[in-house]
Amino acid sequence: MQPRRVVVTGLGALTPLGNSVQDYWVGLTNGVSGAGNIKQFDAAKFKTRFACELKDFDPTRYLDKKEARKMDPFTQTAVIAADHAVQDANISRNSVDVDRVGVIWGTGVGGMINFCHELRDFYLGDGTPRFSPFLITRLITDIAAGHISIRHGFRGPNFSVVSACASSTNAIIEAMYLIRYGKADVMITGGSEDVINEACVGGFNAMKALSERNDDPTTASRPFDLNRDGFVMGEGAGALVLESYEHAMARGAKIYVELAGGAATADAHHITAPHPEGLGAMNVMKQALADAGMSGGDIDYINVHGTSTPLGDVAEVKAIQHVFGDDAYRLNISSTKSMTGHLLGAAGAVESIAAIMSITHGLVPPTINHFTDDPQLDSRLNFTFNIAQKREVRAALSNTFGFGGHNASVIFKKFVS
Amino acid sequence: MSDIASRVKKIIIDKLGVDEAEVNPEASFTNDLGADSLDTVELIMEFEKEFNISIPDEQAETITTVGQAVAYLEEHVK
Repeated sequence: MQPRRVVVTGLGALTPLGNSVQDYWVGLTNGVSGAGNIKQFDAAKFKTRFACELKDFDPTRYLDKKEARKMDPFTQTAVIAADHAVQDANISRNSVDVDRVGVIWGTGVGGMINFCHELRDFYLGDGTPRFSPFLITRLITDIAAGHISIRHGFRGPNFSVVSACASSTNAIIEAMYLIRYGKADVMITGGSEDVINEACVGGFNAMKALSERNDDPTTASRPFDLNRDGFVMGEGAGALVLESYEHAMARGAKIYVELAGGAATADAHHITAPHPEGLGAMNVMKQALADAGMSGGDIDYINVHGTSTPLGDVAEVKAIQHVFGDDAYRLNISSTKSMTGHLLGAAGAVESIAAIMSITHGLVPPTINHFTDDPQLDSRLNFTFNIAQKREVRAALSNTFGFGGHNASVIFKKFVS
Repeated sequence: MSDIASRVKKIIIDKLGVDEAEVNPEASFTNDLGADSLDTVELIMEFEKEFNISIPDEQAETITTVGQAVAYLEEHVK
């Protein structure tokens, strides 16, 4: 069959900049940092004591208390963001063929918070096992996709995708394939991650992956700045409703953009370090362009992975310059992680939303916290430092890379019927 | 209402998200209060924690209403 066109018809987001897509976009384009001292646990003895946490987030404002209790935070934010996207797309079980609507959800870690608490209680106890009957279903990474389908009655393909910090980009790509090749008409996709706890902060600290700029959290995430010292953890969820072009047109849906293509590769190099020349990143951008039937000159904005680590940022820029050549100089490049922190398995989803909004609004969100140029980076590149820039964005590419050497990129373009 | 009954009631309201008025002695966890099999297991666990006792599985299976829970606990809690 002829591959079908895929469009985006609904968005939802819970981010450290706000609990709606609108608030998120306002924060992004105003250069707001979502960082602050960690409130969820006592981090006094940790090397890193700050993160980008959700603000004023009370799951029971959105979910029945009994339902909320059965979910770890990554599932709560998944279900809420997906609800927002489904409402935004104006679909429901009564208006679609539920067998043709699926859910593919990304998360890097899954439900670690409750799991850690229950293990702690067990080891501190007398050996009597008193595990909750919801221990397993709060933990397993697929459960967010399951909850979303149960809530809305969508009976199409349903699973989760795990590739560390590339998870939700891989989820979006898999969902796109299902629509392209006729296995579903509508897909709810995206990702969530909520693991700002002792184990994750301590674990990332042990890897020396996190910024330790405790005296100034809001400037700690500074991708491409000479003095960047690691990423800042974020949390939250992003959801997208993807739909076949024909299905969206038939029901008169509001169409944000077209999902033009995507690709996934591996570095096959090291579990945490990027390939020094950005080999996997290079390949994934090339393949995404080929999948979309586009060339470097068609892209106006790259929302980079750009986590603010010393090695990763340089490798990604090398890859961009290799793939785009002279076209790299006319791109806007930005890392919105400078504001949101790194949402890990949810990064691809919330950053795809930033890329989509840049197309629909003609405005590129900045890379904030730029103080000092890094001589390793070509100064002729436009990193959109500190202030949002207006420009027509015909197409935007979003990169995500994950521990394990996973690379995934997606390309969104202006919708033209 | 006994101290045990009011503590049982509080746990049920919290865990099952039901209104206080629904939690009468005849109310069945599954038929009247919307609990599924996992919720019921969790309720028993919460009773064990609250009253610091251990309820054997075969006994737990016979506790299906609010009144049965209160009666069991009044008999076994020291």
